[in-house]
Amino acid sequence: MTLETLTPVAASGLFSLAWLMIAVPLAMAALLLLAGKAFDSFGHWLAVLASTFSFVVALILFVQLLSADEASRAVSAPMFTWIATQTWTVEAGLLIDPLSILFALLITGVGSLIHLYSVGYMAHDERRRRFFAYLNFFVAAMLLLVLADNYLVLFVGWEGVGLASYLLIGFWQHKPSAAAAAKKAFVMNRVGDLGLTMAVFTMLAALKTSSFAEVNAKIAGVDPAWVTAIGFFLLLAACGKSAQVPLQAWLLDAMEGPTPVSALIHAATMVTAGVYLVVRSHAVYALAPAAQTAVVIVGLVTLFAGAWIGCAKDDIKKVLAGSTMSQIGYMILAAGIGPAGYAFAIFHLLTHGFFKANMFLGAGSVMHAMDDDVNMRHFGALRKALPITFVTFGMGYLAIIGFPGFAGYFSKDSIIEAAFHANAVIGVAAMLGAGVTGFYMTRLMLMTWFGQERWPDGVHPHESPAVMTVPLIVLAVFSVGIGAVLNGWIQEWLAPAVDAAAGEAEWIPSLTGLLTLVVVIAGVALAWYLFGKNAVPAQVPESTNPFTLAGRNDLYGDAVNNALVVRPTMAAADSVHANDLWIIDRGADGLANGLRKLSQVGRRLQSGRVRSYALIMMAGVVLLGALVIVSLLG
Amino acid sequence: MSPDQVLWLAAILFGIGAFGLVTRRNALVAFMCVELMLNAANLVLVTMSHVVGGLDGQVAAFFVMVVAAAEVVVGLSIIVMVYRARRSTSVDEASLLKL
Repeated sequence: MTLETLTPVAASGLFSLAWLMIAVPLAMAALLLLAGKAFDSFGHWLAVLASTFSFVVALILFVQLLSADEASRAVSAPMFTWIATQTWTVEAGLLIDPLSILFALLITGVGSLIHLYSVGYMAHDERRRRFFAYLNFFVAAMLLLVLADNYLVLFVGWEGVGLASYLLIGFWQHKPSAAAAAKKAFVMNRVGDLGLTMAVFTMLAALKTSSFAEVNAKIAGVDPAWVTAIGFFLLLAACGKSAQVPLQAWLLDAMEGPTPVSALIHAATMVTAGVYLVVRSHAVYALAPAAQTAVVIVGLVTLFAGAWIGCAKDDIKKVLAGSTMSQIGYMILAAGIGPAGYAFAIFHLLTHGFFKANMFLGAGSVMHAMDDDVNMRHFGALRKALPITFVTFGMGYLAIIGFPGFAGYFSKDSIIEAAFHANAVIGVAAMLGAGVTGFYMTRLMLMTWFGQERWPDGVHPHESPAVMTVPLIVLAVFSVGIGAVLNGWIQEWLAPAVDAAAGEAEWIPSLTGLLTLVVVIAGVALAWYLFGKNAVPAQVPESTNPFTLAGRNDLYGDAVNNALVVRPTMAAADSVHANDLWIIDRGADGLANGLRKLSQVGRRLQSGRVRSYALIMMAGVVLLGALVIVSLLG
Repeated sequence: MSPDQVLWLAAILFGIGAFGLVTRRNALVAFMCVELMLNAANLVLVTMSHVVGGLDGQVAAFFVMVVAAAEVVVGLSIIVMVYRARRSTSVDEASLLKL
């Protein structure tokens, strides 16, 4: 394959209105925040409308791109000159190409469904208008992130997403845990942001530009050491936003936010940003094999870390969060494989967006029915009480474990296939990951929907209202069908944007596919043996198994962070404080005290006795006289 | 009369004045001692003027006399006021000017 990507053509017609996609939800967010109580009764529908408007615009642009010929499928829509200095200029513009339009569709499509679902889910929250304003802001920031045509504008969206996630995770700020989780997410994201800023600075220093097109074109002329540095900086950024090891700890805590937020963060926005960044920066990674290997390793480690946590948790949202980590690990892994994997990373991202949003919203529906209980040990046999949610959730389940024909089957098997082509070890690991996915998802299914009722007293599960089930049904349909629809097409569609065409998954599985299926079936069977055959205890069983304990404690992510970062920082702060207290303060105090004591001695001279003054004066005169005489003699 | 002898006389007078100033408590006596020292200095000035043959020393002696006269006026009135207030002319007892 050549390393040439599409040269963007100037925007015309509808494309020059692409900025409306971002501006409308943003303006709506401002309106809702400023409007006051007058909008309380209908503001949320305005938010749904704004998000849907963006979706319609994205859809129209997508159709336009689809009908355009391949060479003109990247459209740049400049907006204004943002920064102009003598050495470099930053133009704020949008880039609508096959990659960004898919993201825009996912963000606005799934985002709109989540908006709709939230209308029901947040119906009784008195701050609902504010919630929807934040949701709209989130969508706008994410759209800016994926539609930006250079890294600096991307960074604005990137920060906007960070802010929105902070506001939404901490939406129930009266809960200390939610406030802490929001802060944690924000701080850990800052670490990732540091990577992105460093990458942009390096680009500006080395290339005098941050535009995607120019960076792609000129990166080959840069010193390989700098290119590798940019690659690692971008990886750090992706780790922060996509909750990859070692910056994964915020994701599980982020479950403190309302469930639609979890769905939005995990499916349509936020965590996908890291994958997008890596894929978008393919030109950098093509020239930085070391950084690329690091991407693969990070993806692989996260794949297992997430799955491990998912296996051990009893909190339904945290299992899904672990699963998200794991699936994003798959995407990062695919993106790290290089040209052969980019399309699959995006493919899996899209399918995952649908089935994970489906399952998160399903989990929200379950929580809604169970009085906001998230402990799966209190669930069981919910399939009769929540039939619609059960069926839609089941579709998501089959999709994520890669049941043949469902969405995950095509996207995940493609990644495993590509991993095998890249390296047998990575391939085997990715395949094992699929088995673990089967295990923890089956565990979740069995504990929630099957077995016997373990409901707490006074809880009467009921199906959610239509405004919540309709998005579930739509997402379920996509979870089933999106894989088969996109398979084959998406690889060709993305080829010009990411430099490579990749193969497609077959309906009849290849040997690798068959093996994967066997591994998944083994995982599912093991889960059934452990959690389906026997009754699930309502209390958490004591465990001395180090693997279980590690999983229940998020692999000690917090402990590691505390030991490596928090405590040294606190120690440094303490030592600075001690230095201030004991050395600087004591030094100043000691000097003052010494001078005071010296002057206590000196003040004795001021006795007030005239005769002693006279004597001292005489002594002085005699001394001076003696000196004069000695000097005259000498 | 050689200048040496006069200088010796001046030195002795000065020594008596200095010794008296340091040892005597009575303000009037201390005052007289200061006058003695001033006059010893005058004697030296005049003598040296005679030795050198100019008038500078004599002029300086006049200045010293004028200053001494002014000093007597101010000093004696201070001593009188102190005596009125404290019923004592001891310089040791007038030691309030201290920390």
